[in-house]
Amino acid sequence: MADYEVPELKEYPVVPLPVEGTMEHLSPFVAKPEFQEALNYVGKKIEKEGEMPEYVLVDGWHDKAIEKMGDLLGRYRGFQVFMDSCVKCGACTDKCHYFIGTKDPKNMPVARQDLLRSVYRRYFTFAGKFFPKLVGARDLTEDVVQEWYSYFHQCSECRRCSVFCPYGIDTAEVTMAAREIMAHIGKGQKYNNEIIGKVFTIGNNLGLPEKALANVLEGLEEDVEYDIEVPVKFPLDKKGADILLVTPSADFFAEPHIDGLIGYAKVFHATNTSWTLSSRASEAANFGLFIGSYENMQRISMRIRTAALELGVKRIVYGECGHAWRVGYSFLNTLAGPFDFLDQNYPVPQHICEFTLDKLQKGELNIDKSRNDDKTVTFHDSCNVARASGMGNYPGGQFDIPRAVINAVCNNYVDMEPGTTHDATFCCGGGGGLLTDDLMELRVKGILPRASALNNAVNENGVTHMAAICAICKSQFTKVLPYYGFTMDQIVSVHQLVSEAIILEGQVDPED
Amino acid sequence: MSTLYAILLLAATLFMLGGLARKARQYRATPAPLKIPVTPAPKTTGGVVLRLAKEVIFFASLFRSNKWTWIFGWMFHVSLALAFVRHLRYVIDPDGMLGFIWPLINNPIVQSFGKYAGIFLVLGLAGLLARRILVARVRYISAPSDYLMLILIMVIGISGLMMSFVPSAFIDIVQLKSFMLGMLSFDFQELPTSVVLLIHLTLVAVLGFVLPISKLLHIPGVFYAPTRNQVDNPREKRHIADWAKKLDETRDSYPELRD
Repeated sequence: MADYEVPELKEYPVVPLPVEGTMEHLSPFVAKPEFQEALNYVGKKIEKEGEMPEYVLVDGWHDKAIEKMGDLLGRYRGFQVFMDSCVKCGACTDKCHYFIGTKDPKNMPVARQDLLRSVYRRYFTFAGKFFPKLVGARDLTEDVVQEWYSYFHQCSECRRCSVFCPYGIDTAEVTMAAREIMAHIGKGQKYNNEIIGKVFTIGNNLGLPEKALANVLEGLEEDVEYDIEVPVKFPLDKKGADILLVTPSADFFAEPHIDGLIGYAKVFHATNTSWTLSSRASEAANFGLFIGSYENMQRISMRIRTAALELGVKRIVYGECGHAWRVGYSFLNTLAGPFDFLDQNYPVPQHICEFTLDKLQKGELNIDKSRNDDKTVTFHDSCNVARASGMGNYPGGQFDIPRAVINAVCNNYVDMEPGTTHDATFCCGGGGGLLTDDLMELRVKGILPRASALNNAVNENGVTHMAAICAICKSQFTKVLPYYGFTMDQIVSVHQLVSEAIILEGQVDPED
Repeated sequence: MSTLYAILLLAATLFMLGGLARKARQYRATPAPLKIPVTPAPKTTGGVVLRLAKEVIFFASLFRSNKWTWIFGWMFHVSLALAFVRHLRYVIDPDGMLGFIWPLINNPIVQSFGKYAGIFLVLGLAGLLARRILVARVRYISAPSDYLMLILIMVIGISGLMMSFVPSAFIDIVQLKSFMLGMLSFDFQELPTSVVLLIHLTLVAVLGFVLPISKLLHIPGVFYAPTRNQVDNPREKRHIADWAKKLDETRDSYPELRD
């Protein structure tokens, strides 16, 4: 199957000894110039007879890169401070799932930052200009750019290292800066940048046009009605609806995402909530985050504002998506606000888990928990929800609220071991714009810490299913956990569990 | 010679304070365009002050991260603070403007804590150095300057300890104090004759010069990290940088928003 070894699951966490260069061969495909230009970046193609064309650095790339770095240093305080304040204490060195899974020391957070910091020091600091060897500074060469391209696409921007850093240095910010610099000299990543292009031209990451989306939703209505004989609606572009639901486009067809979408619809149906999806904002995901581009992130966010205005909704609710929730919770107000035209009695935006828990607590949902008794469920805290956003009105709500939803619809729930949950959660291994087949080796190795924790929960607590509230986590898990002996259907959406347990008025269950 | 040292120490102090202030000003002037606190994060300014205090005083994140690094690092920094306070007796004139602090500094508790702290300072640094050499991951990320800085501060500590604990290295501290007070009023006095003292002072001056141009910038950096010092209220409050305001003016004009 693959020309690399799938790591072995161990009962106890093992911090590997560094083995240099294990992952230097891996880097994702480069974006074509036309996709680069659509995002206001640049690219250069060299045609080769009888071969695939090559996408190379643009002319004058060296000075352009340094100039871009200077620009970012002046516009992002985090980036500037993080370049200066690392003392190389080593606290982060054993925290990255990609280091644990690959053993490559350049996947240690500080070493990853140093790929960029060494160049920062050379061009922007006194010590690096005059004593480069002493302080580990180096010139920017084509090899350095290649190294950046490889290892800054081996970081999922999950921020686990930042939790443990005594100075709060956030490798995600450094990775984003590096990707932004590379995009400006012709080294954009194909997966991310082509997807953003699709959002601009078609409206969602999957390139699902309005008509196809309408068909999918119609089909869903038929399926659900066939199943339970209740006409649960999936409205699209319904003007005057109360709620605009923005959800990752994976929810429209991928498993187990779609079962989550059915869950949201059932909750809305049961509570007589008027809601709609939007063909303009048919995507919650915002890959502008992954490439560290404020401009592209804002441009993608503007679709949601425009849709909310056009449809005349009162509220915006986000479906289950990790990084989308980061952009929604932490940035949407800044990028596309102010949302003074929406109902101020509700947070803007609101997470579907916040919405559902509120309805559960008010007793507006008819729940039969025993319908999930065939499962023992655990919950994977998605990194962007856990460490980069919040829920509810107190710090840590993002941990309690999804668990409270699960516990309200399931009798059997256990957490995975401490150190692998809450703000210390391990990334699924596919976040940050790495959910692409050309990085499969990294995804298989990077899932190791999560797979180990899940395996222990299976062996010790009889866990059968792992729930998640992130489209990327769900896709990564269903694709990669089978390498470790798990099955795809062990991964569930949180609202899939809600969907199973909820009983709608007039519902007729199919005979087993 | 004594005058040279006075000038060197003054220059180092000015360079250090000026350099740190310049950096702090640069950090303040650089906008943080997005809310990026590592969550769960406090929802109030008071909460942020508490969060930073826990980081600065107890190294809370490091404690969670790695107990060995925390023990050695915290021991070193607390000892450094205690030793620093002990040293204030050389620059505070009991009859001068800051004389009211004098009883706080010149008492047996502060002085003996400061004196014995020197031992733990060196031990802490030795632990950090050992970790840097012995742990393969930390060795991999260490540049020559990382070792040199530990050694620099260690030698400062050892030379200081010698003047407190080794009778043959004892110095005339009354004379040293008049040198220090004289230096501060540009009335240069003689330094006590001592090789150990000269080493101590030379390296302190080197440290002053190195600090603002090195990773020792973690001192202002820890206060300016947006991941730690931001209030987590993005849904309640719009947070917009000056440079981003310009983008707000054109954000409605993207072609896909008009169809």
